[in-house]
Amino acid sequence: MRRSLATPSTLLLPAAAFFAAFFLLPLVRLFLVGGSGRGGFGAYASIVTERGHFLALIATLALSAGTTLLTLLVSGVAGVFLQRNTFAGRGLLVAVLTLPLAFPGVVVGFMVIVLAGRQGVIGDVSAALTGERIVFAYSMAGLLMGYVYFSIPRTILTVMATAEKLDRRLEEAAYSLGARPWQVLRDVVIPGLKPALLSAGAICFATAMGAFGTAFTLATRINVLAMVIYTEFTLQANMAVAAALSFVLGAVTWLVLAAARTAAGGTVAAAG
Amino acid sequence: MFVAQLAFTLSVCAFLIVPVVLSMLAGLTENYLVGLRSGLTLRWLGAVWAGYRDTIFLSIAIALACLGCTLALGVPAAYGLAKCRPRLARVLEELLVMPVAVPGLATALALIITYGGYGRFRTSWTFILVGHVLFTLPFMVRSVLAVLLAIDLNTLEEGAASLGASFWQRFLHVVLPNCRAGVLAGALMVVTLSIGEFNMTWLLHTPLTKTLPVGLADAYASLRLEIASAYTLLFFVIIVPLLLAMQRLSRPRSAARHRKAE
Repeated sequence: MRRSLATPSTLLLPAAAFFAAFFLLPLVRLFLVGGSGRGGFGAYASIVTERGHFLALIATLALSAGTTLLTLLVSGVAGVFLQRNTFAGRGLLVAVLTLPLAFPGVVVGFMVIVLAGRQGVIGDVSAALTGERIVFAYSMAGLLMGYVYFSIPRTILTVMATAEKLDRRLEEAAYSLGARPWQVLRDVVIPGLKPALLSAGAICFATAMGAFGTAFTLATRINVLAMVIYTEFTLQANMAVAAALSFVLGAVTWLVLAAARTAAGGTVAAAG
Repeated sequence: MFVAQLAFTLSVCAFLIVPVVLSMLAGLTENYLVGLRSGLTLRWLGAVWAGYRDTIFLSIAIALACLGCTLALGVPAAYGLAKCRPRLARVLEELLVMPVAVPGLATALALIITYGGYGRFRTSWTFILVGHVLFTLPFMVRSVLAVLLAIDLNTLEEGAASLGASFWQRFLHVVLPNCRAGVLAGALMVVTLSIGEFNMTWLLHTPLTKTLPVGLADAYASLRLEIASAYTLLFFVIIVPLLLAMQRLSRPRSAARHRKAE
């Protein structure tokens, strides 16, 4: 039989060429530009040496970790519940929970303002209940809420898919041996969900680290790394710093995802 | 226990959907500060259309072009990956996913640094298109690859080849029809992600190449809240049917799987 021209290499060539030209090459240039500023390649250490950058790094890490924990908690409870119970309107609830998947950060920021801004719903409710209007859209709490808002849709499907595969017999066996519900939860359900929680949590963390639109819209005084990079870039003179910081940010998020993928095994569904 | 979990889930749903509904209403209200009492109106939608319809058309055009590119690059790539050794395929897929893992900000900066000097390219909508294709290509590849790996591609192809089919005949009549579901799901994902992409596009755009999310950010920063809300309403009108279609696509497959298991 004649050897076909359609080997994997020729089929992958167009995509590979595109990828090399528009991603790999630019990333290399980014790395080099990051080291071309006044401090040379020492700019890469500026993320820990320079106070402003370091604070932004800590803030971003804390925000991303907080978002991940909250989101996993919410998605875990809601996801397992929706997976295990069928009732009228269940499909609608799932649809609602996954709808914000494609909302840009700008829209999510606006959602936060609608909920917790100066004319916000939460402020209305709190004013009615306590007489004091709670406004937190433009603080770290508002940012956290926004991040959780766009993270729930990304994680809930993964949780539900894994919850579907849980072996109920293990839980029944635990119950029959006298375990209380919280013990079953701690020793059977959560370990069973671990792959989903790991992979969903990694996506959540990485997305939160690199998120820009939400912070941009809320124009918070709190600087997250993405905002620091943006302001450095738009000041033009600090191209090298912006490049170095964004390269570091990119490397960190990629490493987090890669680590989670090897820990969870199998391919982790990348989210938007 | 059931009631508590249901209440929790319902409140999470409310958290997600209430601001959407409120912002849609704000786009139709005469005066946001006064509220619904000021009456409903379409004038804000009119203002958005007059001022920003170019951004809507550009976003749709870029999304369709992005779809074309990801089909042309991604379907053959998925086919190639399906024929690769599993370990190699994993590594290549990891590489391909990098633009999704790396923040859009970094990718955009890298593109500007490398190609920003080419004036005509830099100021053209194709500059934005490149970023969108980088970001959405893995989704198309993943979607098609998943379907190709689920069917027994080798047997089907060998069968066709033993009957005398050439490469093109095999590709057109055996491979493509079988990965139709993957292509469709991938296509919806690509279009939806492209329309909503902001992080990269904000850096890559110029005043002449504004997309919908970029226009939204502009409107929030500089215009009345009602106009920004009406603009958001238009965005929802475009994106929600796509999202619903994606959800409907993913459901019948699981139902079919259940049926097959019985």
